[in-house]
Amino acid sequence: MQFSEQWLRSWVNPSLSTDELSYLLTMAGLEVEEVDAAAPAFSGVVVAEVKEVAKHENADRLRVTKVDVGNGELVQIVCGAPNVAVGLKVPCALPGAVLPGDFKIKPTKMRGVESGGMLCSGKELGVPDDADGLLVLPADAPVGTSIRDYLSLDDSLFTLKITPNRADCLSIKGLAREVAALTDSDLQPVAIAPVVPAHDQTVPVRIEAPHGCGRYIGRVVMGVNAAAPTPDWMKRRLERSGLRSISAIVDVTHYILLELGQPMHAFDLAKLDGGITVRMARADEKLVCLNEQELALTENLLVIADDAKPLAIAGIMGGLESGVTAASQDVFLESAFFAPAMIAGKARELGFGSDSSYRFERGVDFQQQRDAIERATQLIVEICGGEAGPLTEALGDLPRRAAVPVRSARVNKVLGLDLAPDAIAAIFARLGLGFDTLAESFAVAPPAFRFDIEIEEDLIEEVAGVYGYDAIPSDAPRSRMKMLPLPETRRPREQIRHQLAARDYQEVVTYAFVDEQWERDFAGNSDPVRLINPIAAQMGVMRSTLLGGLVDVLVGNVNRKQPRVRVFEVARTFRKSAEGFDQPEKIAGLAWGSRLPEQWGGKTERVDFFDVKADVEALLHPHPVEFRKAAHPACHPGRCAEIVLAGQLVGVIGELHPQWVQQYDLPSAPVVFELEYAVVETSRRVKAHTVSKFQPVRRDLALVVDEQVEVGAMLASFRQAAAEIVSEIALFDVYRGKGVPEGKKSLAFRILLQDQAKTLTDAEVEAVVSGLLEAVSANHGATLRL
Amino acid sequence: MTIRSGQLSYAYGVSVMNNVDTILESGLSALNAVQDLVELEQVKARYLGKSGELTELLKQLGKLPAEERKAAGAAINAAKQAFEARHNERRDLINADKLARQLAAESLDVTLPGRGSAVGGLHPVTLTLERIATLFHSMGFEVADGPEIETDFHNFQALNIPENHPARAMQDTFYVEGGDVLRTHTSPIQVRYMLNNEPPIKIVAPGRVYRVDSDATHSPMFHQMEGLWVDQDVSFADLKATVTDFLRRFFERDDLQVRFRPSFFPFTEPSAEIDVLGERGWLEVGGCGMVHPNVLKNVNIDPEKYTGFAFGIGLDRFAMLRYGVNDLRLFFENDLNFLKQFN
Repeated sequence: MQFSEQWLRSWVNPSLSTDELSYLLTMAGLEVEEVDAAAPAFSGVVVAEVKEVAKHENADRLRVTKVDVGNGELVQIVCGAPNVAVGLKVPCALPGAVLPGDFKIKPTKMRGVESGGMLCSGKELGVPDDADGLLVLPADAPVGTSIRDYLSLDDSLFTLKITPNRADCLSIKGLAREVAALTDSDLQPVAIAPVVPAHDQTVPVRIEAPHGCGRYIGRVVMGVNAAAPTPDWMKRRLERSGLRSISAIVDVTHYILLELGQPMHAFDLAKLDGGITVRMARADEKLVCLNEQELALTENLLVIADDAKPLAIAGIMGGLESGVTAASQDVFLESAFFAPAMIAGKARELGFGSDSSYRFERGVDFQQQRDAIERATQLIVEICGGEAGPLTEALGDLPRRAAVPVRSARVNKVLGLDLAPDAIAAIFARLGLGFDTLAESFAVAPPAFRFDIEIEEDLIEEVAGVYGYDAIPSDAPRSRMKMLPLPETRRPREQIRHQLAARDYQEVVTYAFVDEQWERDFAGNSDPVRLINPIAAQMGVMRSTLLGGLVDVLVGNVNRKQPRVRVFEVARTFRKSAEGFDQPEKIAGLAWGSRLPEQWGGKTERVDFFDVKADVEALLHPHPVEFRKAAHPACHPGRCAEIVLAGQLVGVIGELHPQWVQQYDLPSAPVVFELEYAVVETSRRVKAHTVSKFQPVRRDLALVVDEQVEVGAMLASFRQAAAEIVSEIALFDVYRGKGVPEGKKSLAFRILLQDQAKTLTDAEVEAVVSGLLEAVSANHGATLRL
Repeated sequence: MTIRSGQLSYAYGVSVMNNVDTILESGLSALNAVQDLVELEQVKARYLGKSGELTELLKQLGKLPAEERKAAGAAINAAKQAFEARHNERRDLINADKLARQLAAESLDVTLPGRGSAVGGLHPVTLTLERIATLFHSMGFEVADGPEIETDFHNFQALNIPENHPARAMQDTFYVEGGDVLRTHTSPIQVRYMLNNEPPIKIVAPGRVYRVDSDATHSPMFHQMEGLWVDQDVSFADLKATVTDFLRRFFERDDLQVRFRPSFFPFTEPSAEIDVLGERGWLEVGGCGMVHPNVLKNVNIDPEKYTGFAFGIGLDRFAMLRYGVNDLRLFFENDLNFLKQFN
């Protein structure tokens, strides 16, 4: 909301500077977003009357004028403006004046002719003016008056951000009331006297939807000159509130909206068929609104109708057909209270709102309709002439205002204060709230202009506001202390991220809404969770995998010439489920480029499946997971594993499918992984066992098997066949080439044996090792490599 | 030479003494000339070996008259010790020299970069979150979490934002098919937490939130953190103290000016915006207030018995302030050149 400081000060004028007023409002919860000067600084400019205009002998485009500046003598001024003419009142900068941009005015000669000042355009003074040339002032402008005073230029435009609860401050009257309460100063409201009816013509008003319309007051004004010009003072106040002048009667309704916060509407009486009915719209009705949009009305809209048709959408927008125009002779004025619940949300449904709907949906003082229509009538008659008729008032359901109990103890408990009941009472009094004092509490009557006072806390907030948030103490809180749980079976979130960072991965944050294509490519998901209102088509669906985002980060960084990219992300993913949505967190990584940064001490080799597998194993440690060869839409079919824990699929790892490498224009394939975060997050509490005091015995087995035999399967066979004294079996070499037949590979396993109670004999060791050997030769056709 | 015993005993004694000096002199100079350990041992053998020159002299001691034997023996032993001392000295010198040469040969260019893996790093918003969570943890706040596709109930209604409430227009909401929303703030986490836990409740709830908004200062996805403390006597004064303390610790400035400015949120009352005084005036860094009694009722907590405060801050904004980042979009572009600065 924007308003003129001068206008506000005509209602309440505390001894505060503009900055202090701005601070006061901000600290009262009426945030001042901007304060702009109505005009830039300048001085020495007065109202002048052009008395003579003559040609300049040395210049075709210049005129030599004589102007009256109010000091008894005519001043000669050379002027180049095409619109200069005898009789015009214009601003004149006298010698010594300083115009915006530090432009100093001195007596001078222009093409040989003396010039004792400068006649000014609106642009030169920084004052808005649509016309070119000199700023033409009204004929009654008093010669010699400072132009700053005459145009009220020493004014500031305040832009406020009013929160939805403070609709009572969406007017000069409301702001003035608030400022008066905060500064304990006097309020000087505009005087409103009832207009004495000059005729008895009325339009009958009927409210058929009392829940939507609490009050409807109408009045007929006959014989207006709707084309009369809006007075400058009113235009100025409208403009300084951000509204353009339209026509006198419309301007008056806008003026009342700004001054009192009461939206009004003016109908052309000639366009009405019979009486006014406030009712719900019917499904088959249509209305062309003031914004020239034709609307098919719906039954949840409240309308103002005559006997034949809807005329306006109540409280939101008038109809184009029935509204007052410059040609209107007789008008019907509306001043009504529409219930917030009836108007709320409609602007969103319709796709347009108005200053009127903005106020009605937040709550308009339901006792000010009569004042508003009297004030409007008075202004219309003043400006446009005409004769007012009597008021017609119809009532529906007005809001009820139950007294709200406020306990002093509760005020102090919630705010952390120690206020005496008297101090609280004094605050209510300053706010103009009516209240009864009871034993330990008050019963406060919410005024009709407040729609945010229903419960005790609403008034505690009022007390805090006037007492001052700054004044509330800020001592360290006292509380009952309790230690936080620290489950050892759960790894702290930081630890997991730090672990990946320590393994040379960079954390990234990518959007949760992605291109639908990514879901198909990287998750094979043809039915993703769709957004109804995405900001862009390529951000239209919620991701079920983080891989798309990581590939996108890779693409971006490859384009920025990064030689090596290792990134990870932890985030929620989204999938439809029977009950709604599954939203598990996942942790995903991508590695591309060299295994290690390019360096002097080693060959530069491309990162591969097994490098990343080690990272994944470290993350999943100590879970006994299995890697099973698998197919996944994101991955190369021969270089992909699913990760299984206790029969549950908990993740995937693989090289990006060559098809996507090509499609996403990558120079080579990254290795990617994605794991269920819930699994990574869990850990175990260690149960220590006794360490054997006897030396372990090591035996190595070099075994030749067919190429397709998987090491994992052999390890499984070993484990199954292993006696208790086998403490470790691990692969330590894979060999293909000389000495090993084509189509076969040699695998070297390290076997550690150890007994808790004694040193093992050779015979014991050999027995166990041959048992192991038998198992793998039986299961996998393994033979000892000799 | 044949020496007949008795006759020449005196002369022989004198010559032994002379010989000792000569032998020692030649032995010492032989030791001085030696350059390596092998040669050194050869020289040692020449003088102290089984048939070394000094050894030979010793062998002949018995032939001396008894009265001379003692003096000659002492002289020979002294020579032997002097030789051995010089030998050891020489050996140590050669060893030291050898070690020095070996060390010189083995010296590295220690300025060569270390070999192997590099380190990665965390996103600046994560770094910020970790700091904040740690600060609150030190005051007994636990971290809570919740879903990002939320129901209208958890995101709005339970927070005292009924349908068509003008406050809904404050937040441009993303809707998913079926009518649920992408959470517009982290506040639904407190709703869920309060529904499932009894007071006292002390949590911080960080997470990603979503609003239909995209420009230099708005991202359609960003990060918030919510704080909530509900107990029997939690007051607005406690709120002010906790938030002020946090801001001073986070920015590591004990003199940081913090201001609480009245405002409106449907889920708190009284409500305040939190401002800090920066170089260019007051800067809004979050919102807070006392949990609205309707919210407590909605989660089955008795507002007569319990009060609480809640606050919300933008983690991205805190990261920007803390690290001097001036464009929010940098956090979501994932340019490694930008991100690696924080490692």
